[in-house]
Amino acid sequence: MKSNIAILASFGAGCAIGLCGEFGSGIHDLSLYILYALILQVGLNIGRNNEVKQALTHLDMHVFAIPLATIAGTLLFSAVASILLAQWSVFDCMAVGSGLSYYSLTSVLITQLKEPSVGIQLATELGTIALLANMVREMVALFGSGLISRYFGKLAPISAAGVNSMDIILPSIIRYSGKEMIPVAIIHGIITDISVPLLVSFFCNL
Amino acid sequence: MFTVIGILFTGIITGILLRKVELLKKTEKTIPVTVITMLFVLGLSVGSNKSVVTNIASYGWQAALLGLSSLIGSAVAAWIVYMIFFKKKGGRA
Repeated sequence: MKSNIAILASFGAGCAIGLCGEFGSGIHDLSLYILYALILQVGLNIGRNNEVKQALTHLDMHVFAIPLATIAGTLLFSAVASILLAQWSVFDCMAVGSGLSYYSLTSVLITQLKEPSVGIQLATELGTIALLANMVREMVALFGSGLISRYFGKLAPISAAGVNSMDIILPSIIRYSGKEMIPVAIIHGIITDISVPLLVSFFCNL
Repeated sequence: MFTVIGILFTGIITGILLRKVELLKKTEKTIPVTVITMLFVLGLSVGSNKSVVTNIASYGWQAALLGLSSLIGSAVAAWIVYMIFFKKKGGRA
């Protein structure tokens, strides 16, 4: 819990400073490099861990059911939520859901792909919603891993994390689901990562 | 995306090769520091993005609805997979 408060405080401080000043595209590059540094450390940590190597050798096919469940559950509930959003079609809402927390890529993809069919104003609006929706998902998955695992079982923090199950949310998954879930979370992260650009483009073109 | 996966596997292979090196145990401590730094930079980009800040009120609830429903949908699906494939194996999973 102490580390969650530190993360939230750090994010809040960043927002406050960001409001006061002008930060250009340099910030985007910086966050990308920090993400790479994090992934490298996560990789090192996996590699030096003996238990993970043992787990990887005992992986069964059931592991692949988890990313499929994540995608199916996300799309179904996004479609249901579209009933409450009169402005957007069911496929618009499914495109936003397909982001699976990958907000940077999803928001840009939606804005670009929807522009020819609905115009720049609506495309930008849906892109902004995609950015915020996937940020909300990431934040809730990051800070709520404990609650999610309590109510929906050990696999749920992995599914809730979406593409972040192999990087930013992996430490929380290890904490609440156990070290034995690391290979499951990595495979989930890789498969969902690949699915995001495919599914977002698919639903934007429907 | 492939950069990310490439870096991850470089890390894993390096970790396996250098398993005996004491320095690598430090990742347990450096990972939380990196996450905190990354979230600070994310905050900077959110706070300084004027279109996001001004639109938060009007688009915020729609985004919250879609973000939370997709999260809950995936959690429910994960619970179903857990019950079908994982729970029955020894009961400890």
